[in-house]
Amino acid sequence: MIEQLGGFLYVVLGTIFVALFGIGFGLGVLGVDRKLTAHMQARIGPPLRQPFIDIRKLLLKENIIPENAISWLFNAAPVFALAASVTILLYLPIGGLPPVLGVYGDIILIMYLLTVPALAMVTGGFASGSPYATVGAQREMITMMAYELPLATVFIALAWRLARAGVQDPFSLASLTSTPIWSVAGPLGIIGALILLIVLIFVTPGELSRVPFDTPEAETELAGGLMVEYSGKNLAMFYLAQGVKSVAMASVIVALFLPWGLSEFVPGIPALGILLDFLWYIVKVLAVLFVSVSLIRVAMARFRISQVVTMYWIYLGGLGILGLTLLFLDSLGGV
Amino acid sequence: MKPTPSFNRSLWVYHLNSGSCNGCEIEIVAALAPRYDPERFGVKLVGSPRHADALLVTGPVPNKMKERVLRIMEQTPDPKVVICVGTCGESGGVYYDSYSLAGPIDDVIPVDIYVSGCPPRPEAILHGVVKAIEKLEQLQGGAT
Ligand code: SF4
Repeated sequence: MIEQLGGFLYVVLGTIFVALFGIGFGLGVLGVDRKLTAHMQARIGPPLRQPFIDIRKLLLKENIIPENAISWLFNAAPVFALAASVTILLYLPIGGLPPVLGVYGDIILIMYLLTVPALAMVTGGFASGSPYATVGAQREMITMMAYELPLATVFIALAWRLARAGVQDPFSLASLTSTPIWSVAGPLGIIGALILLIVLIFVTPGELSRVPFDTPEAETELAGGLMVEYSGKNLAMFYLAQGVKSVAMASVIVALFLPWGLSEFVPGIPALGILLDFLWYIVKVLAVLFVSVSLIRVAMARFRISQVVTMYWIYLGGLGILGLTLLFLDSLGGV
Repeated sequence: MKPTPSFNRSLWVYHLNSGSCNGCEIEIVAALAPRYDPERFGVKLVGSPRHADALLVTGPVPNKMKERVLRIMEQTPDPKVVICVGTCGESGGVYYDSYSLAGPIDDVIPVDIYVSGCPPRPEAILHGVVKAIEKLEQLQGGAT
């Protein structure tokens, strides 16, 4: 009984902590992204705390619900998006800390959860009753179907290679982080894993609807697309969800490809180890987002929706299968 | 509702073209480009009036546009400011006395800030935005 209560308390407190951390860090990440992007475009850019100011302002604004919207669905969508984004973080290791709900889910669950915020946005878009939002919602669904193939290929290839190397329960995040792919793969496998990393880096902007895969939100043609009718509090919630989702997606990459901690360098002082791991995790997330969001965003222009599908299915899907094949060949020779 | 200081540092701008000749648009785009970088102060161009805090209205408002201008004004959530860019919107400018005008802009919607010039220089437009922020500050200092 006491133990159950303890477990329950752990989950509740952990969830609150992860939610607060995710929202705060998510907004911070967006600020860093904007600043770096500005510097790369030879601008000075907004201050790092700009997203916090934006949120404070959005919370002050009037919250308009359009006349021909389905109001309960329209209001529920941002809540869903934010809640689902926080939920993903609960299943991911943050720094050296184990995931709060780690025992209940694995990487396949995360793959499904990653689609929920996007689905919430699609629902909100359809519910808002604006033609712009409807077109945006259709495009978001197409993008979602497009990036799912390379994403699944990466996850399955990694887990399968671990299974070949004799790792128990290869889909669980605990085993994925404790045995990084680099430690089991031979030279061929390492090339394969690098290719998979590149694929995952290109899936990230699609997942987060950022340039060049921001076709659903295209400011210039669709006037904000999915978000077109949202204002005030609801828009702020989508903004927060965007930040949390960025952190979640980066944490997936960190957990799969860069799981090393710093705590083994300071044996004997567990508190310092945890702190170091935590800071190191923040550095890793920022580095991953710098490459996969800021750099790609500055370097490329937006794709048309048909190009998005070709890009994901043919090119990145092809690359993913190449990586899978290399890992397969590696496992034939290596084990 | 009374705006707070966070408002001044995060002014999202929606650009509404009500029959302008496109001269003002070019200058607005120039004002948003890296050289002046208004994003330093949190100014951002948004695609939908629902997201906007400031409406940047250009052009003299032809009859056909009147209804749309009113509608966009209503679509913008409160609190908001309206900035009129260009001589057209102030007086009709080169279109003064035309048979097809419903404007100038302040005959259609209330305007907070006027930026003169045909077209105004980017510096003038930024000055207009600064004036808008000053006006918001006055509102914050004054009564609710
Ligand atoms: S003020 Fe001049 S530049 Fe601006 S829209 Fe009118 S005519 Fe064109």
